[in-house]
Amino acid sequence: MRWTVQRLLQGIVTIWAVMTVSFALVRLLPGNPVDFLIVDLVQQGVEPAEAAQRAQNMLNIDPTKPLHIAYFEYMFDVLQGNLGQSTWYSEPVTAVIGRALPWTILVMSYGVLLSFLLGIVGGAFMAYFEGQKLDLALTSYATFMISVPYYVLAIILLVFLGYRFGLFPASGRVPTGVTPGVNLPYIAGVLHHAALPILSQVVITGGIALQMRGNSIRVLGEDYLRVARLRGLSDYLIATRYVGRNAVLPIYTGLMISIGAMFGGAVVLETIFKYRGMGYYLVRAVQTRDFPLMMGAFTVIAVAVVIALLVADITYGRLDPRAGRGEV
Amino acid sequence: MSDATAGADGSTEDKYADLLSDEEGVPAFESVMETRETRRERYSRKFDTYVRTPLAIMFEDWRAVVGLLIISTYVVVGAFGPMVMDPVLMGEGEPLISPFQNWQFPLGTDRTGQDLLTMTVYSTRPVLLMMGSGAFFTVTVGTIVGTLAGYKGGALDTVLSTVTDTFINIPGLPLVIVLSVIIEPTNPIIVGIFLSIALWAGLARSIRSQLLTLRRESFVESSQALGVPTGRLIRKELLPHLLPYVVINFVNAARIVIFSAVALYFLGVLPFEDSNWGIVMNLAYENGAHYRPDALHWLLVPVFAIVFLSVGLVLLAQSLDRVFNPRVRARSSEGGDEDESTTATTAMTGGR
Repeated sequence: MRWTVQRLLQGIVTIWAVMTVSFALVRLLPGNPVDFLIVDLVQQGVEPAEAAQRAQNMLNIDPTKPLHIAYFEYMFDVLQGNLGQSTWYSEPVTAVIGRALPWTILVMSYGVLLSFLLGIVGGAFMAYFEGQKLDLALTSYATFMISVPYYVLAIILLVFLGYRFGLFPASGRVPTGVTPGVNLPYIAGVLHHAALPILSQVVITGGIALQMRGNSIRVLGEDYLRVARLRGLSDYLIATRYVGRNAVLPIYTGLMISIGAMFGGAVVLETIFKYRGMGYYLVRAVQTRDFPLMMGAFTVIAVAVVIALLVADITYGRLDPRAGRGEV
Repeated sequence: MSDATAGADGSTEDKYADLLSDEEGVPAFESVMETRETRRERYSRKFDTYVRTPLAIMFEDWRAVVGLLIISTYVVVGAFGPMVMDPVLMGEGEPLISPFQNWQFPLGTDRTGQDLLTMTVYSTRPVLLMMGSGAFFTVTVGTIVGTLAGYKGGALDTVLSTVTDTFINIPGLPLVIVLSVIIEPTNPIIVGIFLSIALWAGLARSIRSQLLTLRRESFVESSQALGVPTGRLIRKELLPHLLPYVVINFVNAARIVIFSAVALYFLGVLPFEDSNWGIVMNLAYENGAHYRPDALHWLLVPVFAIVFLSVGLVLLAQSLDRVFNPRVRARSSEGGDEDESTTATTAMTGGR
């Protein structure tokens, strides 16, 4: 219980840190976005006084107010869900993000789950056939895949599956000419569009498989396994309860760390596939110098990661009682 | 030391016989003073344990040889390439010559007729600088923070662990993107340091947990009891134990820094002055090289440059793992092949 509370506090600290970083970036650093925005508006023919006012509304930050007051106002606004106004899309940042977030979660969660599933199964196979041809082939494949950056693989998939063979759509996230809703053509189209971004995460799953292989082999050598065999337990029971469970536990920790890395990867993948998720909009915001959207997207991605990690951590405590007591 | 034991070991017999025959009957353990090794001997012994033996083990492994060969090729190209080759010019050749067609442009040319081989060579140095500075910074900060938190414990640990966990929770790449918009780093060394912001925390956390175990070991407790100053204890007793792990992480961090640096240049998020692989990729992609068969090589040349270098780094890391991890080494000598632990990789990226 105490550990769960600690973990929750940690999440809150992180979100607070992200919000503070956002604020500091907008407000304190040289070439600050507030000035940038005011100049931009004045160039568009807006009166300077009005430009300052509009910039303040867009960014949630009033450049004339003292630092601490501006800081509290900003925090308050963000906590209330007001992330300012996107300068490029001319609508509230929350609206842009609200449309994008579900798609990122769709692509990322399938990507994460499938690649871990495949990695675990593949690693178990490699361990089972240790030293044989299948093991050697899979291990070499996994080792090579660690050496290829995920976005390179994404481009290769795009070139071949998207353009050359036309198996999957090369961009976009929904099928055209289909009514959105719970109907088969729509759902199939959505999955068809999500396939390439998901696939480029899954094919690259070398690290997890190698880790699983190593863990399983290590567990297979343990004494308690010999005892279990002597007790005449079935192979299935041994494989799932003894080897599987103990080999998967360390990977679960890896899963937690990789959630952050994967949301980072989403930025690149979504841009490559022009898949309009959070990452796509973050890059668009950078390219168009749309600071409110940029900060909003960054904050929301960070919050999503914090929540995902929180869930993962707390469930890990259930899987491994030692972790729940804060011993690991 | 009794006669019996001294005599039992043939090689030391003479030495001990000499000591024991001393007329005053000086106890043997005092005369150890006389056989104190000279400074030169000590250095040569250290050289043996820290350099020669690991290298010997490494060179038995083809991965290390191939990995080091690849990496040193890149270093040589990065260091001397720009001296030997003339810088790239636009319109040097026909636009979009395919690779291996014209030996004046072995890897072909891009849309403006610039030689891709020369561009790749000129890109090597900045990329290596990023990789080196990023990996160095990651490892330095990660080790210092992790060691202090794990060894000191108490309030310092609480503060450092909170900072570490916060950094682990913040998604690295988006953070770097947002920061780079405002700071606009162009120097490759600074870019490397920049990218390590997202990496050091994972290493710090795992080093901290290693130190929690390590500091309860008897040799640490006895050093503490002897009143060895903390700084010296950390340097002389603890760091050598962490060194293998740190070295492996250095190599892995190098790989991840390249991956993210190229990704950011590819996205066009980082500002640039000189060309590098990511920028070449970005230009190729912007020009539709991924759906134009005649321009595909423009995209693939920098991709191969990255993949080849990272294959070198992966092989080296796996081999280092083997050198430093006696259990893996024992397994491999028994005939079971391939690496056992990619644990070092997972410290930073969760195995991705």
